[in-house]
Amino acid sequence: MSLLSIRNLSAVSDRDGGTPILRGVSLDLAPGEVIGLVGESGAGKSTISKAVLGMLPRTVRITKGSAIFSGRDLLSLSSRELRKITGSEITLIPQDPMTALNPGRRIESQLTDGLRLKRGMSSTDARRRGLELLEEVHIRDPERVMRAYPHELSGGMRQRVLIAAAFAMDPKLVVADEPTTALDVTVQKQILRLIRAMQAKHGTSVIFVTHDLGVVAQICDRVTLLYGGMVVEAGATAEIMERPRHPYMQALLAAGPRYDRPDRALAPVPESIFAGLREELASFDREEVRHG
Amino acid sequence: MFLARLTKRVGIAATTLFGVGVIVFVLLRVAPGDPIAMMIAPGATPADIAALRAHYGLDESIPVQFALWLKGILAGDFGTSISIRRDVLDLLAERLPATLELATAALLVAILIGGGVAIVGTMLRRTRGESVVDAANGLLLAIPDFVWALALVLVLGVFYPVLPLSGRVNPQSADDFATRFYLVESIVTLRFDKFLEVASHLVMPTLALALPLAAVITRVLKQALAETMVQDYVLLARLKGMSELRLILQEALRNAVGPTLALTGVQFTFLIGGTVIVERIFSYPGVGNMAIDAVINRDLPLIQGLVLAFGLMFIVINILVDLAVVALNPRLRHG
Ligand SMILES: Nc1ncnc2c1ncn2[C@@H]1O[C@H](COP(=O)(O)OP(=O)(O)OP(=O)(O)O)[C@@H](O)[C@H]1O
Ligand SMILES: [Mg+2]
Repeated sequence: MSLLSIRNLSAVSDRDGGTPILRGVSLDLAPGEVIGLVGESGAGKSTISKAVLGMLPRTVRITKGSAIFSGRDLLSLSSRELRKITGSEITLIPQDPMTALNPGRRIESQLTDGLRLKRGMSSTDARRRGLELLEEVHIRDPERVMRAYPHELSGGMRQRVLIAAAFAMDPKLVVADEPTTALDVTVQKQILRLIRAMQAKHGTSVIFVTHDLGVVAQICDRVTLLYGGMVVEAGATAEIMERPRHPYMQALLAAGPRYDRPDRALAPVPESIFAGLREELASFDREEVRHG
Repeated sequence: MFLARLTKRVGIAATTLFGVGVIVFVLLRVAPGDPIAMMIAPGATPADIAALRAHYGLDESIPVQFALWLKGILAGDFGTSISIRRDVLDLLAERLPATLELATAALLVAILIGGGVAIVGTMLRRTRGESVVDAANGLLLAIPDFVWALALVLVLGVFYPVLPLSGRVNPQSADDFATRFYLVESIVTLRFDKFLEVASHLVMPTLALALPLAAVITRVLKQALAETMVQDYVLLARLKGMSELRLILQEALRNAVGPTLALTGVQFTFLIGGTVIVERIFSYPGVGNMAIDAVINRDLPLIQGLVLAFGLMFIVINILVDLAVVALNPRLRHG
């Protein structure tokens, strides 16, 4: 029984004259499972995350498909019903902790917003819970951090606060869209471990968006590789790492951890593979036209 | 930090005032126009005129006159008005409260209207309503205060004469107040009838001064809000289930208000300049109205006193704005 089941999700960009952004994406997520979404820039990773959170920009239009979460299709709910689910059953760990906290409000109020607004907690109870949460994400001196403004905290600290806020609601699903790219390399590792630990402790499912196959190997149970908004390969991480089926995945693994940076990759992905991928996209689009 | 900033600003303010004093003093004396010529009775002899000139110290050289003036000010003596023949400081003390009440009321009304419209316009983002708000505001931006004053006089004073046309209070009630701050006094002493009387006299001049400023505030604040509403932390807060109004008030406003505050400080100095003409139109007994007479009569001591009073107001306003900007920004507040 899956917690989230995305079926045949297609989307186009109204900004770029209807170019496809997602092409028939399907993926399943079981309770307590971590799924990695990988693919180069523009592959559609963030679009999938935003669709699940109901945060799609106006210029992106869903043309087809469904996203069933606990029996409800997130894509056809009214925005009011969706608001009950997002921020409570589905939460977000944002990419850049420097911009995701309001510079004018203290950590305490930002951390406990959800508890007060969606759980109806009193400020005293919310504060107590906030302190527990900060300890859970290994913040020393939580009292001081509660009183602090964002600019008084380092990037890593802020991301811990945002992780605490994401898990504060005991959500069923956390979406983490490149949650470590904005951080120092040394801090990245700690944050990854922390997300994994919080996820295991709370039994939460996680959609983890990343460019880094090394990170996928480290924390994802399953992985979905996208290219041009299409699923190229999907399966259990261990299996795919050992026996990649699609030539693109094989090439990426051969390229090493920095496959996304051709200049630093061990073996850049050969152009012939991209030609093959483009042909797959084109044939998908032809099928779409034929079947409407 | 706060205190250091304040001390520094006060130091700068004193220097600025001194500079303003010098410039005005010299300009007034090299510009054409003779205060004595304005006041002498027909048939006065040259000796009479010379005596008068000496009486007001106008026979000395400009540097000596300035030194005497400065010395007087430091001792609390701003000189004597040539046209009204009364102590300048007394005149200012009598008139300044009227202008302060008017300007402050106008500022508050401008913030309420301008801020309110900016928030409504932001709530209406990407709808037809937003275009209406923007178009109306664009129009309002082009209408200056004295046009408002005349239009208000026509509509609320002449066609539908619901509001008094001139003065601060009804002529017979001027003695009912212990201070010159009529509005404040009527509120503090809880005299509701007096409050209504004063307020009804204030409505039109206040609106005339407030509406142009409100339009500027709307324009700048709405723009800043639009930029703030797409920040990551606002998107995240929306995800947490906050209503749009709450997003604007709690998440965006505080971070968006900086440029508006700074600009309001500048614009408020224009508003005070606007009191000159608006007070004239409504025969409102403030310093602005008095300034026109002072200039017509070449009343040098009075003009100098008024300029210092205006200068002081500008400076106090800008210090207040500066402190407000710091108070609203935690990053500045904590150094
Ligand atoms: N606001 C928007 N309106 C229309 N199209 C958009 C919008 N934002 C992104 N797109 C398009 O959607 C496609 C997928 O973008 P998306 O952000 O999902 O990629 P991504 O895989 O997250 O990339 P990255 O690794 O750079 O974050 C891109 O081609 C992009 O041009
Ligand atoms: Mg992305």
